[in-house]
Amino acid sequence: MPSLPTIQPEDEARADGASHEGVFDAPHVETHAKDLFDYALRLGDDSLILGQRLGEWCGRAPALETELSLANLGLDLIGQATLFLALAGEVEGRGRDADRLAFHRDVLQFRNCLLVEQPNGDFARTIARQFLFSTAQLALFEGLTRSTDPRLAEIAAKAAKEVAYHADIAADWVVRLGDGTEESRRRMLAGLDWCWRFVDELFQVDAVETRLVSTGVAVDRASLRPSFDARVAAVLEEAALPAPVYPRAVVGGRVGHHSEHLGHLLAVMQFLPRTYPDAVW
Amino acid sequence: MSKDWPLWEVFVRMRGGLSHKHVGSVHAPDGELAVRHARDVYTRRLEGVSLWVVKSADIVASDPAQAGPLFEPAESKVYRHPTFYDIPDVVKHI
Repeated sequence: MPSLPTIQPEDEARADGASHEGVFDAPHVETHAKDLFDYALRLGDDSLILGQRLGEWCGRAPALETELSLANLGLDLIGQATLFLALAGEVEGRGRDADRLAFHRDVLQFRNCLLVEQPNGDFARTIARQFLFSTAQLALFEGLTRSTDPRLAEIAAKAAKEVAYHADIAADWVVRLGDGTEESRRRMLAGLDWCWRFVDELFQVDAVETRLVSTGVAVDRASLRPSFDARVAAVLEEAALPAPVYPRAVVGGRVGHHSEHLGHLLAVMQFLPRTYPDAVW
Repeated sequence: MSKDWPLWEVFVRMRGGLSHKHVGSVHAPDGELAVRHARDVYTRRLEGVSLWVVKSADIVASDPAQAGPLFEPAESKVYRHPTFYDIPDVVKHI
């Protein structure tokens, strides 16, 4: 089957320019609430999807210790997702709670970045994804603790402590795999190579976030890039790995244009609550 | 993978003021990661405030075959327990 063409930044710009009114039954709520809903979904979906990915390592990790470690990170992320999605539901005001948003949206309605939905690959690729994502997420959450929206600031303050650990342990592994055996170095390089094209999206600012940044609600992601680059460079140097060469960026997650991997992830994640809507523990 | 890694003994301080207690062991390629593994395996339910890890190979243990000479002589020396003294009432903790 031929692949769909990859969505490029210029396509994004064109899509952003189009009117959203009436599209996909967009609710006619005031812009700020709509923006905030979207922003909370982006934050929540990033954590939710990566949490689900990490959960896929259960029973498959290379060692008991790494298995627990990855599961712990995943559970932290799902906890964050619960808070962000609950906030999104509250802002939306249509009675959807965190579970409803997590389990009863389809792929086009997800707002996570493409990096988090990428398949686990081997342990090194999972670590590459975690290192890049958590490093960016930590800077974002540290900034969000000063958000003018106290609900976002509160969630960010709690989550930043967790993410600081995620970023640290992932960086530790990058160094050990990169500066380990010939095989671990080869795998670490391959893992990072898989991920580089998804990094630019982590720092992308569109019209929604520009408006939220102007009111001090959101963090200007673009402003976080220099410190991210410096941290990545420092860790790669310690790992004796070459500096990144960023390929052309792939973007689209924030407006629901996902890779083919997300649908498969959702099928597993959403199967039970959709098939047995009244299931309880 | 974990079979290639050395074993580390893990000690957790449950609360400030208590001493570190042995809780188990983890595999890890080095000390720093052993602390991280210990954190993830043994303190995920708020069990501790501080961790020590030490390479299992660095622990010097008593020889089980020598248990007789080492420990049995203490059996017949009950007077080593401080139970033969009258404790003054004012002394609350001893």
